This record gives sequence, structure tokens and C-alpha cells, in this order.
Amino acid sequence: MDKIPILRMGRLLLVTIQVDMHDRLALQLQEDLTDRIVAVRAQGVLLDISSLEVVDSFIGRMISNIAAMARVLDAETVVVGMQPAVAITLVELGLSLEGVRTALNVERGMALLNERLVEEGR
Amino acid sequence: MAIVTRAILPLKSSEDIVRVRQATRESAIAQGLSLVDQTKLVTAASELARNTLDYGGGGEVEIARLDEPPRKGVRLTFIDQGPGIADVEQALRDGFTTGSGLGLGLGGARRLCNEFVIDTRPGQGTKVTIARWR
Repeated sequence: MDKIPILRMGRLLLVTIQVDMHDRLALQLQEDLTDRIVAVRAQGVLLDISSLEVVDSFIGRMISNIAAMARVLDAETVVVGMQPAVAITLVELGLSLEGVRTALNVERGMALLNERLVEEGR
Repeated sequence: MAIVTRAILPLKSSEDIVRVRQATRESAIAQGLSLVDQTKLVTAASELARNTLDYGGGGEVEIARLDEPPRKGVRLTFIDQGPGIADVEQALRDGFTTGSGLGLGLGGARRLCNEFVIDTRPGQGTKVTIARWR
């Protein structure tokens, strides 16, 4: 079965979604990611969706869920790289991903997470 | 209205939703829709395909490429033989759901398209037709 790879970078985890996800794959990712957060005591998650050409309400909900689950496990999530056409469509669909932090790219997302960790003295 | 090509895809599993997204994207590109319009149509297709699967118990979708000079477009028709929708107005309202979703599918899909027609009756199944023009 396909899996979405989760890479560790110090205290952060990087998840790059590069396939058009079917539902089971999306649910599998939630499980794998929460397991990894706990296993490596990650304090931040970068969710790179720059390859995603479509974010429908199911995937949008999965993104919100991942951020909420990570928060409960004491890790901050930043969603990076959303394509402009996806952003336009998401808002028109009625999804604004409230409570989910975003950054334009991985570099800025990483800087944001590191700043926060320093602020919090971790 | 001239139909250039027509394809029918089954909607029986969540993998089929991925295939419908891909086939819709291909048709949208072939008809010359802009990137934003492609994305809107594909997203609407994904929402409706999920409705067909989750609420209609599965069904099929017809993807038609339309040529009506000077305009070109794509029309999608989702058909299921499920329980139908008793109150369409209510089902179109954002946040309304009888399932576990967010309740954005039907109303959201309508906002993302140029044309949206829903034909349903309790016990008679549901047919949703959408179109997006260049």
C-alpha cells in the first residue's frame, strides 16, 4: 500500500504530499503522523501541499484534523505551499482552514516554527 | 449543443473519486479552461463524487466535453439510485449534513460552477448536473 513519507528534521517533521490522495491514504497519514510526533517528540510539523492541485472539503478537513491532533500532542503545524488556484477555490467552497497556520513555502514555514520554539524557550 | 466526447466512469470506491478528479482535469484542459476554472471544476467534481458514493450508495458520472461555438465547456452528470434528497433547499445550505462531513459539498459545488441542476426525489435517486464554461 502507498504511504506518504514523513521526514524528520531536528525537532520538526516534514510531510510532502505528492500524490492525489484517496481517502484511505489521507486517514493513514493522520495515524502515521501522530505516531511519529510521539515517537520522535516532534515540536512542529510542516505540511507541504505545493504538489496538491485540488483540496476538496475532505482533504481540507484532514488538514484541519492533523493540525488539531498535533496541537493536542504539543506540536505546531504549518501548512506550506498552497497553490493560488487552490486557495481561490477553497475559499469559494467555504473552507478557510481556521486555526491552521500557513506559510508560502517550506523555508518560511520552518522559520516560523523555529521562531515560535525560541519564543517559548524550548 | 454539440458534445465532442463523452465518457462514463463508475463511482464505487474512494479510488474512483481520484479517477473522476483526473478525468475531469483532462477534459477541462482539453476544453481550454483556465487553471483556476479547472481547479474549481475538479473540486466540485470531487465533492459531488463523494456525495454519490457516501449518500447515494455509489453510482456513476458522465463527463462530456461540449462545443457550442464560440464557447467550450465541460459538463458532469452524477447519477445514483440512492435514497434521494427530501429537502433540496436544506441540503444546499452550508453546514447541513446527514453524514459526518462538513456539509459543504452540494452548496460549495454549486458556487464553483456556472450551471448546477439537481433532480431528486425520495426513493428515486439523485442526478446532479454541473457545467463550467471557458
